[in-house]
Amino acid sequence: MAVLVVADVHGSSIDDSTHKTVSAALAIGGDVDILVAGENAGDAAAAAAKISGVRKVLHADDAAYGHRLAEPFADLIVSVASDYDAVLKAAATTGKNVMPRVAAKLDVMQISEIVAVEAPDTFVRPIYAGNAMQTVKSKDAKKVITVRATAFKAAEEGGSAEVVSVDAAGDPGVSEWLNENLTKSDRPELSGAKIVVSGGRALGSSEKFEEVIFPLADKLGAAVGASRAAVDAGYVPNDYQVGQTGKVVAPELYIAIGISGAIQHLAGMKDSKTIVAINKDEEAPIFQVADYGLVADLFKAVPELVDALG
Amino acid sequence: MKILVPVKRVIDYNVKVRVKSDQTGVDLANVKMSMNPFDEIAIEEAIRLKEAGVAEEIIAVSIGPEKAQDQIRQALAMGADRGLLIKTDETVEPLAVAKLLKKVVEEESPELVILGKQAIDDDSNQTGQMLAALLDWPQGTFASKVEKKDGKLEVTREIDGGLQTIAINLPAVVTTDLRLNEPRYASLPNIMKAKKKPLDVKEIGDYGVDIAPRLEVVKVTEPPVREAGVKVESVAELVEKLKNEAGVI
Ligand SMILES: Cc1cc2nc3c(=O)[nH]c(=O)nc-3n(C[C@H](O)[C@H](O)[C@H](O)COP(=O)(O)OP(=O)(O)OC[C@H]3O[C@@H](n4cnc5c(N)ncnc54)[C@H](O)[C@@H]3O)c2cc1C
Repeated sequence: MAVLVVADVHGSSIDDSTHKTVSAALAIGGDVDILVAGENAGDAAAAAAKISGVRKVLHADDAAYGHRLAEPFADLIVSVASDYDAVLKAAATTGKNVMPRVAAKLDVMQISEIVAVEAPDTFVRPIYAGNAMQTVKSKDAKKVITVRATAFKAAEEGGSAEVVSVDAAGDPGVSEWLNENLTKSDRPELSGAKIVVSGGRALGSSEKFEEVIFPLADKLGAAVGASRAAVDAGYVPNDYQVGQTGKVVAPELYIAIGISGAIQHLAGMKDSKTIVAINKDEEAPIFQVADYGLVADLFKAVPELVDALG
Repeated sequence: MKILVPVKRVIDYNVKVRVKSDQTGVDLANVKMSMNPFDEIAIEEAIRLKEAGVAEEIIAVSIGPEKAQDQIRQALAMGADRGLLIKTDETVEPLAVAKLLKKVVEEESPELVILGKQAIDDDSNQTGQMLAALLDWPQGTFASKVEKKDGKLEVTREIDGGLQTIAINLPAVVTTDLRLNEPRYASLPNIMKAKKKPLDVKEIGDYGVDIAPRLEVVKVTEPPVREAGVKVESVAELVEKLKNEAGVI
């Protein structure tokens, strides 16, 4: 049996989600290979080869893969898929975009966002915003799977897999990358951060969000997250959204500030190790999942917390 | 152009679901059902394209039970022109839904299909991408802005690092993200008018698509519950607990 992990490549490096997806692949069993596709992604391929437990790295280098456009990327994955019993990619936005396209081209029903491998054909995945866990057994000969990275430990470094070049699969030429407006921040990346400080609608404006949430995050070396309401209101960019339809995080410490705790928000953070909630409404549902709840006005409590942290 | 918008009848987003004790699924008896919120955004976007003179006709299609006519009627009341229900009481997986939609596309020849990025029941996030693959059309997923320019579609997408803008050829598939628009409420007169708009009902068997599930549901269980925590009285107590009890700072 052989399993292919499609790496999350960013320029010359690979995201930690790749290491976590490798763990899921190893749990399925058999030989694990990694596909690194990108433009000038030689360094990323070399980084993938260092992940322990990996047999071989397939490296496809072409301008068509530089921006991870779904159409050429899916064609590439399909072109190498015949050698594998399962193809996995992290359930980040690229995986969510590309993998169902791969699955349909292979006439396979994708298994989305697995959180556990029960057997090589049986997986657990959250449904209904994580209010139920579904165990499914796939009847497809080939499995196409996206992996919730936070549910798996990162595979260790220390491997020395062989890197082989694979041919690009062409570009159907139906899509074109125009530009990207990426959030610039020196803070840790949200999905992998050890501590996350999130703000909600209660912050009231982007100025207040920055004034109140950012100093706490910086004091703790934390990533910043937000509820949908805070993103919709334009306090912070879209990629800060934590929840069912945003990012899923599972840090050591999650601090929810002025967030009510709607099920859609809980879906993205309730697997955090320790949860703190600061909310002025003692009935707010967020307190039902919080290890430590502080009923207080955030505009007073958060600056106090920053001071108390010294 | 003609726009096809698939809509799904799902449990209302405000309902807290309960897992059935026999572990076969969640309890859907007597719970409020609604149009999947991302599909409302899809309908709204189609209507805005029509209002802007880019589209001429909007067809809302649903694959689901008889009752899914309610969701199609809602789409019609918002401003879609006609509806199609492909009737079934079975659970139809995204791959089979995509195959059925491909048949509808072949019949209707729309230039654009707009779908919600995910349904809030099974959280699969697959159907749009699968339909695009089966049709060999380009896809603009997780859209927060859609514009027709020089015969192409410019789609701004919500991605992990921020926003990405791509241009895709038409015909195309677009899936909606939360920030694309704020769906309108249907007015009472429009709800009345929608009752007279055409709504075709077909049997799933009419399409000759194999809908046998590929995934066998072994069981559905409750997620692990978190132990109830404590309320702290002050910021000082919170800091003390985080340092000495939880050991996280
Ligand atoms: C299809 C769909 C998908 C969704 N996906 C997501 C998602 O991925 N992520 C997500 O977060 N939401 C999501 N939502 C939205 C979700 O349902 C809630 O509307 C949202 O999470 C609410 O955000 P909030 O908690 O910031 O705002 P609110 O619910 O308005 O809560 C604000 C809280 O702040 C408290 N507060 C007010 N003033 C103060 C103060 N001075 N000090 C302390 N506390 C104060 C209030 O007591 C209240 O509890 C989704 C909804 C839908 C329909």
